[in-house]
Amino acid sequence: MTKQSQHITDVAIIGAGPVGLFSVFQCGMLKMSTQVIDALPATGGQCTALYPEKPIFDIPAAPKVSGAELIERLEEQIKPFNPVFHLNQQVVSLERQEEGWQLTTSKGTTVSAKAIIIAAGAGAFGPNKPPLANIEQYENKSVHYLVQNREQFRDQRIVIAGGGDSAVDWALALADIAAETYVVHRRDRFRALPESVAQMRALADQGKIELVIPYQLASLEGEGDQLSAVNIKTLEGEERRLEADHMLSFFGLVNKLGPINDWGLDVHNGVINVEPTTCATNIEGIFAVGDIASYPHKLKLILSGFAEVAQAAHAAFKFVNPDEALHFEHSTSSGVPSL
Amino acid sequence: MPKVTFIKVDGEKVEADAKVGNTVMEVAKELDLPMLAACGGALACATCHVVVDEDWYDKTGEVCEDEEDLLDTAHDLTPTSRLCCQIKVTEDTDGLVVKLTPMS
Repeated sequence: MTKQSQHITDVAIIGAGPVGLFSVFQCGMLKMSTQVIDALPATGGQCTALYPEKPIFDIPAAPKVSGAELIERLEEQIKPFNPVFHLNQQVVSLERQEEGWQLTTSKGTTVSAKAIIIAAGAGAFGPNKPPLANIEQYENKSVHYLVQNREQFRDQRIVIAGGGDSAVDWALALADIAAETYVVHRRDRFRALPESVAQMRALADQGKIELVIPYQLASLEGEGDQLSAVNIKTLEGEERRLEADHMLSFFGLVNKLGPINDWGLDVHNGVINVEPTTCATNIEGIFAVGDIASYPHKLKLILSGFAEVAQAAHAAFKFVNPDEALHFEHSTSSGVPSL
Repeated sequence: MPKVTFIKVDGEKVEADAKVGNTVMEVAKELDLPMLAACGGALACATCHVVVDEDWYDKTGEVCEDEEDLLDTAHDLTPTSRLCCQIKVTEDTDGLVVKLTPMS
């Protein structure tokens, strides 16, 4: 990752999942430089974030490979092309330029490119926010999706929502310092380390925290950005009101297309329609590949994504080198640059 | 062929023939209904969350632990909430009614 915030490249790639990474290779073979942007702090997309340990069986010539290992091998394969990554930042805007496009990320990084390949999978990973009215007004002040500083909750009344590791770990961490700690979960089973769950239940038995089960979130009360109460309800609709200063919302990560929705692309049910032989979108110079690309009979397979990347890279060539002849070559003839 | 009725968020009803062996999610995607089903049926998300009509819930089969875990991350759950990628169409489900949830 580089520290400079303004960059120029031939092709900007949105998404550092397996298909985004392979885009670096295919563009590189056509001597096009690339820069890759991803919302996650690490490369690999869903392979890294959701299933690093799970074996994949349908990658040609790799009978069994884990998500993490697949990403390692792809990184090895693209090394000769010196990939540049801008991680931990989401693309927030796209602007037409005289020659190509400029992307701007949530960290203010800009990448100018002659063509764009969108390999964004199911979208950028972000917190799975409960759909509560006006939740945005409390975010960062009294509604939190990520917590770093435990001390800010000393002597405060805290509602923790969710039933996974984060919910359980923070219940343990806050039990001693918070004025009240409520854990709101829809059922009496937690998806967390059994020892941690046992500790949490022990704290509940001692009255240090309250497990509020089976409830889910219903609405928020407060003024400005300061929360005053969290209303909850059972699946049957029975309601309860918890007075609280902060809510920690831990429902994991979800993928969201986010700003890509607003660029005038032909987006339908969360995927971008493309012309399947080139992966061209309805906007000149912008291509979509992998899970985010859609066409009749599309299969959301990594292997389909790899082939789409080859099509897209060849089709992007004319936007990068309008006056150059595109010469098709096998890697056995051209080789790859030596490291 | 067994029939499935989808009720959209706005109340519109869509009835369709469903092939035995398909999942209700696959039927919905085939009809191009507003549903993300982002992971494609891999039990890795909760974006095919539907509310099964109470009369039909028992016909939709067991909820496995992985589905329960994912339902933990869905919102506005009901006692008959399911991930419809886990509901198989069978002769027994002929007439099934499910309500779609808002796409987030």
